[in-house]
Amino acid sequence: MKKTEKHNYNLILGIVLTAIVLIPAVIGIFYTPYDTESMNLALKMASPSFSHPMGCDNYGRDIFSRIMKGSSITFLIGVGTVFWGSLIGTLVGAFTAYYGGVVDEILMRVNDVIFSFPSLLLALVFVAILGPGTYQVLFALAIAFIPSYARVVRGEFLRQKSMDYVQLARLAGAKDLRIMFVHILPNIRKVLISSILIGFNNAVLAEAGLSFLGIGVSPPKASLGSMLSDAQTYLFSKPELALFPGLTIIIMVLGISLISKEVA
Amino acid sequence: MTTVIKKIVGSVITILAVSCLVFIAFEIISGDPALAKLGISATEEKLAALRLEMGLERPLFVRFFDWVSGVIRGDFGNSYSYNMPVSELIGEKALTTMLLALYSFLLMIVITIPISIYSALHKGDLFDKAIQIVNQINMSVPAFFGGMLISLIFGMVFKLFSFGGYVSYSKSFSGFLSYMFWPALAIAIPKAAMAISLLYTAIVEEIKNDYVRTAYSRGNSSRGVFYKHILKNACIPLITFLGMAFADMISGSIVIEQVFGIPGLGRILLSSIQQRDYPVVQAIIVYIAFFVIVSNLLVDILYRVIDPRVR
Repeated sequence: MKKTEKHNYNLILGIVLTAIVLIPAVIGIFYTPYDTESMNLALKMASPSFSHPMGCDNYGRDIFSRIMKGSSITFLIGVGTVFWGSLIGTLVGAFTAYYGGVVDEILMRVNDVIFSFPSLLLALVFVAILGPGTYQVLFALAIAFIPSYARVVRGEFLRQKSMDYVQLARLAGAKDLRIMFVHILPNIRKVLISSILIGFNNAVLAEAGLSFLGIGVSPPKASLGSMLSDAQTYLFSKPELALFPGLTIIIMVLGISLISKEVA
Repeated sequence: MTTVIKKIVGSVITILAVSCLVFIAFEIISGDPALAKLGISATEEKLAALRLEMGLERPLFVRFFDWVSGVIRGDFGNSYSYNMPVSELIGEKALTTMLLALYSFLLMIVITIPISIYSALHKGDLFDKAIQIVNQINMSVPAFFGGMLISLIFGMVFKLFSFGGYVSYSKSFSGFLSYMFWPALAIAIPKAAMAISLLYTAIVEEIKNDYVRTAYSRGNSSRGVFYKHILKNACIPLITFLGMAFADMISGSIVIEQVFGIPGLGRILLSSIQQRDYPVVQAIIVYIAFFVIVSNLLVDILYRVIDPRVR
């Protein structure tokens, strides 16, 4: 009894933390209190005040507005990465596991090679080829994330494939595609959802890393990583420039990982 | 033994495949290196002369073969923008990055093992509970932000090290180690958090096994049972993680170097990407890939040594 109660607390905390970041981020897609890109030298390095709750940065831009905008960009990159990565990864994993054969063997070998590579480094290679920018980062991360989904889905499909309900469905005359996506897929949703949530976190951290290195989202556009990168110069004179976006990342990732623990 | 040889052969093939992919990818997309080197104002004759000098007129296959045979000899060609051999350009930097990754790896293990053992044996304690919470938070901190916090807290507030005061290992190895402690810590902490939660769960599960009770009931010392059986078995799931963690730490080093002002592979990799100096980028990627693949190979072999079931 006690255990379930504690678990619920984790879930609630996770949802609350995620909401703290997510609500401003979603609003930030459509509206921010101040313009996030135009500079205002009169407000350069302004301290937190009533009208600018987190102060202003080295170009006099409102930090709170930039965090709203930045977390929405980071959030969208995370969602896009996970969407494409899990979609393609699931298809690859499902087909290779279901049909097996030479294609499976080759694809899984390739997969193992890509999988053993750190995703940040892979994304770096793709950005080197494609050039920096929001969509390039999304594309690079999505490719880097496909193998992990393919691996998870393939493992689950292999386990489910030999189960009775799949055999029965086949006897009943169900087509392969129907068995795969109507019968098997719903049964692996738990594993899939939790790996989607973990993948989202990894994408957020990877985007932050890329933008921090200056090859992700390019300035003056805000992303949480590029804000940290800008703040690096003023770390000792004005640490709050770094602290606010940094804490935003931590709260977002922490919230999602608490949720993912509970749904798994 | 034959499986080990198979694995080694597989790794060699993988390294070749990776370098092949890297070469082709940059070859297709990079455009004209001669143009990149001379700029758009260059005349057609100059461009043609340079292309001939750089050997760009030869077919792709020949250049690839040339490049691979160079790589095997440790010759990665010449940098476009620095006009010097790539191996000379990145040699010391590559060692710096690798030392940082290795340092972080050792720190991670030093942090992980005592904490996991203590909190698994004192499950439910205040310490154990505190560790669970701290771990959860540590896993959510991007390593480079952790590095910023470390330099803020230990560099500025406590003045335990002078920020930006990097010392090369060739000048003073102890100075190098004491400065690198902080970036290595920043890389190690989030990884240690994951390793702790893995090892902790494994130890807690392992203690529940029947063989442990049998060993105790036969009068074996609890210390002996713990180190000889429980810990050894609990480390098996950790080994796979260690291989991946080391690979991650190399890319983590590249980011952390930017925070702490360390002249490793990170800075030259980024500037080469921006200047489209592809021989340098290719060399760095193949170099890192080499270490990633070798560490995976070591993990595979270690696995066989520790876990007799896979043999």
